[in-house]
Amino acid sequence: MPSTDNLVEVENVNFAYDSRQILKGVSLNIRRGQVVAIMGLSGCGKTTLLRLIGGALRPSRGEVRVDGRVVSKMHHDELYALRRRMGMLFQFGALFTDMSCYDNVAFQMREHTDLPEEMIDDLVLMKLQAVGLRGAHQLMPAELSGGMARRVALARTTALDPMLIMYDEPFAGLDPVSMGVIGELIRRLNDTLGATSIIVTHDVAEALDLVDYVYFMSDGVVVTQGTPDELRVSDKPFVHQFVYGETDGPMPFHYPAEDYARDLQTEDGR
Amino acid sequence: MMRRKALDLWAGVFVALGLGALLFLALKVGNLATFSAAQTYLVKADFDNIGGLKKRAPVKSAGVVVGRVEDIGFDTESYEATVTLSVDKRYAFPKDTSAKILTAGLLGEQYVGLSAGGDPTMLKDGDKLKITQSAVVLENLISQFLFSKAADSGNKDGK
Amino acid sequence: MIAVVEFLENLGARAIGAVHRLGFASRFLLLTVRNSGMCLRRFSLVVREIYFAGVLSLIIILVSGLFVGMVLGLQGYDTLERYGSSSALGVLVALSLVRELGPVVAGLLFASRAGSAITAEIGLMKATEQLAAMEMMAVDPIARVIAPRFWAGVISMPLLAAMFSAMGVFGGYLVGVRLIGVDEGSFWSQMQAAVDFQEDILNGVLKSIVFGVAVTWIAVFEGYDAPPTAEGVSGATTRTVVTSSLSILALDFMLTAFMFRGA
Repeated sequence: MPSTDNLVEVENVNFAYDSRQILKGVSLNIRRGQVVAIMGLSGCGKTTLLRLIGGALRPSRGEVRVDGRVVSKMHHDELYALRRRMGMLFQFGALFTDMSCYDNVAFQMREHTDLPEEMIDDLVLMKLQAVGLRGAHQLMPAELSGGMARRVALARTTALDPMLIMYDEPFAGLDPVSMGVIGELIRRLNDTLGATSIIVTHDVAEALDLVDYVYFMSDGVVVTQGTPDELRVSDKPFVHQFVYGETDGPMPFHYPAEDYARDLQTEDGR
Repeated sequence: MMRRKALDLWAGVFVALGLGALLFLALKVGNLATFSAAQTYLVKADFDNIGGLKKRAPVKSAGVVVGRVEDIGFDTESYEATVTLSVDKRYAFPKDTSAKILTAGLLGEQYVGLSAGGDPTMLKDGDKLKITQSAVVLENLISQFLFSKAADSGNKDGK
Repeated sequence: MIAVVEFLENLGARAIGAVHRLGFASRFLLLTVRNSGMCLRRFSLVVREIYFAGVLSLIIILVSGLFVGMVLGLQGYDTLERYGSSSALGVLVALSLVRELGPVVAGLLFASRAGSAITAEIGLMKATEQLAAMEMMAVDPIARVIAPRFWAGVISMPLLAAMFSAMGVFGGYLVGVRLIGVDEGSFWSQMQAAVDFQEDILNGVLKSIVFGVAVTWIAVFEGYDAPPTAEGVSGATTRTVVTSSLSILALDFMLTAFMFRGA
């Protein structure tokens, strides 16, 4: 649904790594204020897409535009200025292990602003309060559980109130309670900050309950898109298999192999 | 960060220790204390043969180090070696001082020995020493020795 | 026959790969040096790394220096005594340490202790996406993480080598003068006469600076280039130690030939 208030526009983007073609012509738009999910199997290029939006990678063809500007054409300073308005939550948090949670959250404030320490102190505690971990501010990342680490990382990501927040597999490896917490935080933060969020995930249940719009990728292209309700009733076999977690369908259960009977009978010469 | 002060302290101690070690090496182990800051004046001397004399070799008088060999050059007109000595300003030598190239010990490094003369006028910066004695080259000694030995036996036979 | 051809092909490919990597490493070094502005403005970053690279290597350097000096004293006395030159023990110990053993052994120890730690730390930061996260927060990881560690290594190395040599001389003194009974006066006086500040000490310091650059460069690069897996990081750490050690020995030969040719 192209519209004038798209924050992110991906237009026919191709990307190859070494000789492997990862993205083969992806086009999608993210409207301001929305929480959008990009779903698909591992290896379909979801994380690569996030990196392209963040400017860490350059597309071999096509354009990625954030807030109207083409990302790959930006100079270093422009790109870094853009990144200060974006936040990315990495899969396992990627907290800096040599500093406390407090220092992790304070990191961007100290690096990019001239705020006095007393003010930073208040801001850090507020951010940690928003994710429910103000009491843990003295702890080191190694002392946190997976879910807690991810929440602190979320506080760190939103430290400077970014306009675009990207999540790389935020639900991976979490217990159901933590999953629910993260999901709620994503929605709450997006709405309170007036930001736009992109979630890359293959956690269907959580995502469909949470987001406003979904893009579905497979093998380097967008195969389908729509609101969560539209996807739930989709008749496309691929989408159906994914949404309902069916073992067999367009994605086969069996790895390609020879005829079963013949395999059992013959010796392999081992 | 509370740990910052401890880090700073230890890093400071480390650097101080390192510089201290360098100072120790320079002063107690090496010869920095004795020579580099001294004021010197330059004197030249020509030699037929400097043997194994090297730059920065000591210049001694009466066994005491009074200077260093500053430079060694070759005069293309006289075909002699020109040695420039830098002598500590504290020690003034008479104009007729002689320079000899000596060896420390039997097989040690070579140095320049100065023997003071009796001239009332002292050497100035840039002066040239008139009297020099070249290094004793071992091969020449040996061939001299052999030659004189051969001459002796020749005489004996000749009688 | 085909096996031979394959072997040669392999060799060629690996040689080309090595040259390729060297080029990448050189560009990386240039990038590190160019992005060192933050190190000057926020020197506390470098100070922190001096602590981790230098201070934490102190114990091993000082103890090793002491033992090396003591062994030099023992072995040196044994040999010199045969030529009646035992009073030159100080000279032997001091020159061996200041010219060679100080820079080289301290360099090898530094590579194993601090170099491997730096590689592991940076490799792990890469594997856990901390470097990517920093980049996404608009902080250049090369300026913030790599450059301070590089300069800390370059600063620490000469200091450690000097401390190694100093401890070694002290160790030689302990064994030679105190234990064996070489004359204390001639120990120090002959040493002072023979060890030249410019020729020996300064050259030794220069060597240790060169080694510092080489070891830290290798350590930092291997960490940054490590594959983001457990095996990748462990392989990188091993490579740091091996490559650093070989580089130190090769550079030592070249520098010695260049510096001590005349003497």
